[in-house]
Amino acid sequence: MLAPAAVLMLAGCAGWQSVIDVQGASAISIKQLIILFVAVCSVVWAMVMAVLIRALWQEREERGRPADLDPQTERRMTRAVIAATAMTVVILTAFTTASFFTTRALSLANHDDLTIKVRGQQWWWSVEYLSPSEQRLQTANEIHIPVGRNVRLQLEGADVIHSFWVPNLAGKQDLIPGRPNTLTIRAERPGMYRGQCAEFCGLQHAHMAFFVIAEEPAAFERWVNSQQQSATDPSDADVIAGQQVFLSRPCAACHTIRGTSATGTTGPDLTHVGGRKYIAAGLLETTRGSLAAWIADPQALKPGNNMPMVPLNADELRSVSAYLASLK
Amino acid sequence: MNEAKPDTRDSELAPPALAAALAETWRTPAGLWGVLAAVDHKIIARRYIITAFVFLALGGVLALLMRLQLAQPEARVLSPDRYNQIFTMHGTNMMFLFAVPVLEAIGVYLVPLMVGTRNIAFPRLNAFSYWIFLAGGALLWIAFVLDMAPDVGWFAYVPLSGPQYGTGKRADVWAQMITFTEIAALAVAVEIVVTVLKQRAPGMSLDRIPLFVWSMLATSFVVIMAMPAVIFASTSLILDRLVGTHFFNPAEGGDVLLWQHLFWFFGHPEVYIIFLPAVGMVSAIVETFARRPVFGYLAMVMALIATSILAFGLWVHHMFVAGLPRLGQSFFTASSMSIAIPAGVQVFCWLATLWDGAPVFRTPLLFVIGFIVTFVIGGLTGVMVASVPFDTQVHDTYFVVAHFHYVLIGGAVFPLLGGIYYWFPKITGRMMSETLGKWAFWLIFVGFNLTFFPMHILGIAGMPRRIYTYQPDMPWYGLNMFVSISSLVLVAGFLVFFVDAIRSARVGASAAENPWDAPTLEWATTSPPPSYNFAQIPVVNGLSPLWDQPACLMVASGLRTDRRELIVSTVATAKPQVREASPRDSIWPFWAAVATSVMLIGSIFTPWAVVWGSVPVAVALIGWFWPKATPEDEL
Amino acid sequence: MPNGISGAPPEIFLALGRPYETNAYNLSQGKRLYSWFGCKACHADGQGGAGPAFLDGWWNYGPEIVSIVASIRDGRPHGMPAFRDKMTTEQIWQLAGYVQTIGAYSVKTAAPGRNDEKHTRPAENRGPAALLFDEGPRPLHSDQGPRP
Repeated sequence: MLAPAAVLMLAGCAGWQSVIDVQGASAISIKQLIILFVAVCSVVWAMVMAVLIRALWQEREERGRPADLDPQTERRMTRAVIAATAMTVVILTAFTTASFFTTRALSLANHDDLTIKVRGQQWWWSVEYLSPSEQRLQTANEIHIPVGRNVRLQLEGADVIHSFWVPNLAGKQDLIPGRPNTLTIRAERPGMYRGQCAEFCGLQHAHMAFFVIAEEPAAFERWVNSQQQSATDPSDADVIAGQQVFLSRPCAACHTIRGTSATGTTGPDLTHVGGRKYIAAGLLETTRGSLAAWIADPQALKPGNNMPMVPLNADELRSVSAYLASLK
Repeated sequence: MNEAKPDTRDSELAPPALAAALAETWRTPAGLWGVLAAVDHKIIARRYIITAFVFLALGGVLALLMRLQLAQPEARVLSPDRYNQIFTMHGTNMMFLFAVPVLEAIGVYLVPLMVGTRNIAFPRLNAFSYWIFLAGGALLWIAFVLDMAPDVGWFAYVPLSGPQYGTGKRADVWAQMITFTEIAALAVAVEIVVTVLKQRAPGMSLDRIPLFVWSMLATSFVVIMAMPAVIFASTSLILDRLVGTHFFNPAEGGDVLLWQHLFWFFGHPEVYIIFLPAVGMVSAIVETFARRPVFGYLAMVMALIATSILAFGLWVHHMFVAGLPRLGQSFFTASSMSIAIPAGVQVFCWLATLWDGAPVFRTPLLFVIGFIVTFVIGGLTGVMVASVPFDTQVHDTYFVVAHFHYVLIGGAVFPLLGGIYYWFPKITGRMMSETLGKWAFWLIFVGFNLTFFPMHILGIAGMPRRIYTYQPDMPWYGLNMFVSISSLVLVAGFLVFFVDAIRSARVGASAAENPWDAPTLEWATTSPPPSYNFAQIPVVNGLSPLWDQPACLMVASGLRTDRRELIVSTVATAKPQVREASPRDSIWPFWAAVATSVMLIGSIFTPWAVVWGSVPVAVALIGWFWPKATPEDEL
Repeated sequence: MPNGISGAPPEIFLALGRPYETNAYNLSQGKRLYSWFGCKACHADGQGGAGPAFLDGWWNYGPEIVSIVASIRDGRPHGMPAFRDKMTTEQIWQLAGYVQTIGAYSVKTAAPGRNDEKHTRPAENRGPAALLFDEGPRPLHSDQGPRP
């Protein structure tokens, strides 16, 4: 399961967050609109430039007094300006119509296979799967979806306004406190798509990324099943020590690891943190080393975020990072 | 004092004696008193322009700092906190302390000259406006030096700027700075409206008003309609933060989107407040250097009016991703696109003018050509972001950053620089260097396009705006480095411009009355104009008075020279109605501005400042309006 | 303090101008911690409940930040739990600064404004403690401080 994911990841990197490397239904229709607009506008610009150049560099006879105007030229130019204005109106009308029909195409069919609640927080994303499964499934900064199915995202702002944007799949939608929004996305091809907060939300707006991982339905089911499990009890001595550190130190006050006494809700759910591709909202790839670096001094890596530096000695740091990395 | 002097009329005096008498009546006293009490629109406009260009330079330094930070991924040149303050300062400073004031200031300088009067309407309000503007700018920049600068972006969305998430006094400083600059802008707008409608030279009926004056009139009306929305918004933000009201608190019946509606109801017309004066300058420059009147005067005026009306119907296109109803969004797509029609009409008319004219390639015209090239790009990308689906992909990305820099720099700063080269001889009496001017133009034009065009591509590649850094695995590094290096070319161009302006003001070749052979009235007086602008008020018979009557201009006479008199004329046909006395120098606008500033800055910290601060304001206003027992209008 | 000293503030605390008592950022972080760590469960928004009130301006162990830090860190008799294993030292100081703000006799300039939620009392920067001070304390237990 990991090997194809890795291949997809490498393939996905090239067009990460590109508006024109489209893999989702909405993004595909928008790309067609973008191409239409850019093409027409380029032609319009080129025409204006041609007229400008011709106007500036043409042979001309001496003018008389500046205020003397030739009525025939004036009439000709009036006709030209009216024609150009009429053409502008026609183009703008066409644009408005095209834009309207694309908007209609974006409202994907009403039938949704899956509903996911996404809460934007300073500066990470909490993700909760509401349907079809009855069982609670909570994760963070990583959204797995099945390929080819409509996925309905309920977008909520927990503190300030954020904006959910995965350019490869769809346009963005704001997460506004007190005004829930929805966005339906559909990935047409499997892959790992990077998204990022697109509305300025404070100190670490730059480090508020997330990933949408589109998988074949079977792989997605496997993922859901594994996520629904509680964390497995550690067997390795180092990992057991790490769990002890995690539960006895302030970590457990903010983070949940299902199956243990850690039930904090302020920070991301860490039940399967070792299985996620990235930690700290797309800041670092998940490895034991990066987990240790993050825990050792989160304020140096992401200044101003809400995770405090918990003083740990080297042994504690090593074992707690081993523990978190083991939470696949 | 006036009563003691005999009633002398300008018709009774020979030219030298007339000039001496007028100079005595209209002069601004020397020394510190003169500095603080001046009401001459030219002195105040000059201060306004210089101050605004200082803010431009400071804002440019901020932009360079941002480019330094963004040149490399995960750079540590600036902390996120400083970066957020810097981009907020850059936007706020450029919009509120540079673009709007400098364009209004050029209006303050030129409109009275162009309509042929001796001072702007309400000159003391004009003085007050400058001091308030200066205090607002100082407030923002002192806060920046003290590490208290706003860090919430120039549109300060709640809840980020609200009481819960905007800590300290940073957002309050931003909101109160808005109040300062809005008061200043509103004051100028009122003056310009009254000057244009009531103080035009005899004979300058509505269809003979220069296009620049029309554009300032349209701008002023937009200011008067748009600014109250943002004053209300920023005041309710301060109330939320300081007093604990709930305008923007969803839990108590407020709404965070209310802020966005109020802000953009002002914020979008704001773009046209900056753009309209600039197109006025373009028309003036095109007319002079194409050696023929602007083609389609009526169409141009209608386009200005249409733009200023439509400007109020498209604010929602800033909120296309906020989840508003789809149908409403489609309406705003249509209205946003429709504003391209008047813009297009103006571009077509300029092109026609150039086509039929005989262009003289001096620096001002170069800047206008640069304007057409870049502004058309900005306008077309504007049409793109007006489309809802298109906008959902590029909203809040570098594509939008590129778009609005094309519109604001291409659409307003290029004409402004062209305008400075054009009117510099009138303002200082000296010409700017043609060689340095061409250098400045090419460096700015090339540097600008190299800096901002790649940002379109960065936006399409998914780079959001307002991020203080990006990760090395994102494919944005190369272009960002390129943009940062290109920005140095742009900066070099501005440096050449500043050097040229400062050098020319001191040692430039002296300018004649009408060095460019331009058609409008400001060129009918000496360079620089005397304190009374015109020895005798000109009479206008056509659209281009100095081209229509090149040898001699008809003048009106009969004004008193022993007191500051000017002609008040009818709105439509500019028939003289009364002789009106224009106010003399006064220190009270300065004290009123000081008292207002103390009250507004105090109210950042305690609501009681509004109560106790209003006492000195009242005292200053009483001093200002104390009756002088001089006769009012004489028929 | 990040250096692990708590109880008595180190000199740096005073040298920096008492950052946890007067700095707007620290006070607002303290306000977040107040809700994140469940202080509301017993102290409500400062009105008190199972635990003593802050708004009345009576301090069972004195209004100095040091004793507030000690109360949070080590707990107190009759139900106040120790947070030394749940929060870092810096967080405890931030929270203590905020708790001090709730019951301050005169409003701190840097005090946070209201929250974006339902309101049960005026915001910290409106100075409720001074308004409510005359009501006197509501001791919950005979051991908890003096009766007026």
